[in-house]
Amino acid sequence: MNTLINSVTNQATEATIKYTAKDFSSDQDVRWCPGCGDYSILAQVQRVMPDLNIPKEKIVFISGIGCSSRFPYYMNTYGFHSIHGRATAIASGLKIARPDLSVWVATGDGDGLSIGGNHMIHILRRNVDVNILLFNNQIYGLTKGQYSPTSETGKITKSTPYGSVDMPFNPASLALGAGGTFVARSLDRDPKHMQTMIKRAAEHKGTSFIEIYQNCNVFNDGAFFALTEKETKPDNVVFLEHGKPLVFGKENDKGIKLDGFSPVVVSLKDGSHSINDLLVHNEKDSTLAFILANMTYNPELPRPVGIFLASDRPRYEVEMEKQIDSAISKRGKGVLEKLLNSGDTWVIQ
Amino acid sequence: MEKETRALDEVTIRFAGDSGDGMQLTGGQFTNTSAAMGNDLSTLPDYPAEIRAPIGTTYGVSGFQIHFGATEINTPGDHCDVLVAMNAASLKVNLRSLIDGGIIIVNTDGFGDKNLKLAGYTQSPLSDGSLSKFQVFQVDITKLTNLALADMNLPQKVVDKTKNFFALGMMYWMFNRTPDNTIQWITEKFEKKPELIEANTRVMKAGWNYAETTDIFAVKYDVKPAPLTPGKYRNINGNQATALGFVAAADKAKLPLFLGSYPITPASDILHELSYFKNFGVKTFQCEDEIAGITSAIGASFGGSLAITTTSGPGVALKTEAMGLAVMVELPLVIINVQRGGPSTGLPTKTEQADLLQAVYGRNGEAPIPVIAASSPSDCFNAAFEASRIALKFMTPVILLTDGYIANGSEPWLIPEVKDLKDISVKFRTDPENYLPYLRDEITLSREWAIPGTPGLEHRIGGLEKQDGTGNINYEPENHHKMIKLRAAKVERIANDIPLATVEGDESGDVLVIGWGGTYGTIKTAVERKRKEGKSVSHLHLRYINPMPKNIGEILAKFKTVLVPEINLGQLIKILRDKFLIPAVGLNKVQGLPFRSIEIEQKIDELLGGKQ
Repeated sequence: MNTLINSVTNQATEATIKYTAKDFSSDQDVRWCPGCGDYSILAQVQRVMPDLNIPKEKIVFISGIGCSSRFPYYMNTYGFHSIHGRATAIASGLKIARPDLSVWVATGDGDGLSIGGNHMIHILRRNVDVNILLFNNQIYGLTKGQYSPTSETGKITKSTPYGSVDMPFNPASLALGAGGTFVARSLDRDPKHMQTMIKRAAEHKGTSFIEIYQNCNVFNDGAFFALTEKETKPDNVVFLEHGKPLVFGKENDKGIKLDGFSPVVVSLKDGSHSINDLLVHNEKDSTLAFILANMTYNPELPRPVGIFLASDRPRYEVEMEKQIDSAISKRGKGVLEKLLNSGDTWVIQ
Repeated sequence: MEKETRALDEVTIRFAGDSGDGMQLTGGQFTNTSAAMGNDLSTLPDYPAEIRAPIGTTYGVSGFQIHFGATEINTPGDHCDVLVAMNAASLKVNLRSLIDGGIIIVNTDGFGDKNLKLAGYTQSPLSDGSLSKFQVFQVDITKLTNLALADMNLPQKVVDKTKNFFALGMMYWMFNRTPDNTIQWITEKFEKKPELIEANTRVMKAGWNYAETTDIFAVKYDVKPAPLTPGKYRNINGNQATALGFVAAADKAKLPLFLGSYPITPASDILHELSYFKNFGVKTFQCEDEIAGITSAIGASFGGSLAITTTSGPGVALKTEAMGLAVMVELPLVIINVQRGGPSTGLPTKTEQADLLQAVYGRNGEAPIPVIAASSPSDCFNAAFEASRIALKFMTPVILLTDGYIANGSEPWLIPEVKDLKDISVKFRTDPENYLPYLRDEITLSREWAIPGTPGLEHRIGGLEKQDGTGNINYEPENHHKMIKLRAAKVERIANDIPLATVEGDESGDVLVIGWGGTYGTIKTAVERKRKEGKSVSHLHLRYINPMPKNIGEILAKFKTVLVPEINLGQLIKILRDKFLIPAVGLNKVQGLPFRSIEIEQKIDELLGGKQ
């Protein structure tokens, strides 16, 4: 149907050029605060892009408002820096109209979960094939330091001098609850892991949602240090890997076991448990994904990082194309003259 | 007894009954038959706001008015000449629209004690003399319908559903219409249920025969065909015409059509219509909210679709920020506001013109958007097409205003020839050489449309202020001022691309009545009547409100008085006063109802004083 669009755009699905990370860097100066976690995310995305083997002109980054939303300006692809909270809705419209494009959303905890929370849950339930990178710094940076929907209860900020009384969202649980088919978590200070997550998100057919813990060194410095620094990370983070038992700890001496539906920490060195007792991750199991995501704010448990769920479900834009194809095969390709002359007509001589 | 036949120039009939009585269907059949017989006509349904209001209550009354004639018909009629009332509540609700001396046909079965009580009557209006100034025909339609079907052994529920055809049969007799069109419709509709073909046809014929043979009806009326432009016609309402206008525009532009929308009365029917045209490649996206409706459309527009979003006033309020974004990123988009009564939720099923200032001015910052308005149900087709043309040519969002009155009202539409539709083809940028996203065409000032997927044209757009040409973020004071002026100038230049306004009537005189939108037919009728009386009155109806055609000032200067009737407290008049510094006079009524021609006629008389 889109003959005019087809006539000007590249119809190839694979890149004929071998790109490097530099090819994805735009001519704009990056203006995030020095030391911001966003730099790492930008670098990992630019590093992964060449591996995706997608023609550069077919890639679109869309954002809303916030520090994270400056992202598209720094990518040498098509980009759209829109309005607060609406990136996921714009991305939905673009992907539905143009399923041939690789559409990405860069958003934050405020943009994606507060003002844009509604569009976020609906893109997830529709499973539009868009890749969402949610930069979670647990603070409002661009407006200079108010608490966000992921800030911990009691957070003292400019707008909560006596501490926030809000309960924070757990983004992974929210995404799963909304019907997300690919839900993952990564860390700004773990480039390798982030690259793997981005690659997997790109490969996933359907909405991909990656929550990236990102340090705001100006307004919320160190929010994730317990999870990202060499000293504390091993005991506080458990990496989820498909088909592997949940082991963590500096000496890989601890594991997660299911007690009923509740994950509990067990020791692998006091002789009480062996690796065979541990929970084995299955990224296709949505029930397990809920259980794992729910570990997030439990102080007794390590923070799960990795892919919670990667499952298949029909994609909105594909189903819509199918309906169009089926309508054309049943009723024939629409002819305007016939349409205008349909219904009860009569002739005045 | 040979019955008398009187010729009439025009008649207005209102069919009224309970929501379940099939009045819309009855009215629709009468309309199609009258159209096929060559009358000009205009119709307006009047639905209850409640989906399934309790049976027999006044708020469950559904009505359908048809105004048809041997002359040009421009409105569904100020008053009705004939009221068909299937129960007491429908009489109560609709009596005030009936002219003195008008005809009432009642189904007496709908006037039992329970019905009277539900309608709020303490005694029956059929016997207390309160209807003495009307000609009342009492018919026990329910009983006669039952008798007509007595030997068919149909369930009572099925029998009850056919009684509207009895009323239709009587009206066909009374207005000398052939029942053949309806019989054909029944035959097609109930193709797989022969007993329903038999039942409905039989009941309609029974109604006809009853009117023909009993002494109750002494006179029948004849309304000759109207002198319409030759050609092929179909009956169309405003929302259908709007939908077709966009399909036609997309077809002519060779672009896919994308609609992002959230259901809202009275605009939802455009979504319904378009969702059916999948074989045209139309993509309709029913969104989670109004904001997603417009922003998904902006995304689709970025990707090269003819993108539109449909809504009504409250939805426009929600879309406002995104409309500013569309102004800033200079992408084509059409926002359709099927206006309803406001503010807030207001009167969802009623009509109003109170969103004009919202359309022209209602955004943060200097965010000029072209605004055009449709003037009648079938004109929505042209308006939708023209809105698309402007959006695509000038790379801008365009607001199309219609209203509940013309959206639901219908009239015969002279079907256009596809080859006569304007060429509105677009050209995407493909050459990477010297490409900058905000380079402008010298004449239109519009930027080029470069869509994702085009090699070498990768670029970024956004809502932040940008440098002209490069589109790079730029906060410099002089640049901002320049960009504000450029965006305004681009919209102003549309005035070079639209036809000059034409006055209906003399080009100078005592009174010029200026209207916009759905008041067209009413104003036209009023002005024509006054002109027949020899009054110096003319009519100017604005399709383009922002920017206005270049000759409006010139036209205004040629009239002593300018009258601006609007279904609001005076919105176009503010713009006219602002632009042309004229002491225009307003005529304003905000009742959720269209004007009556007589109201405009009276105002014209008042302005002309005793002058003849």
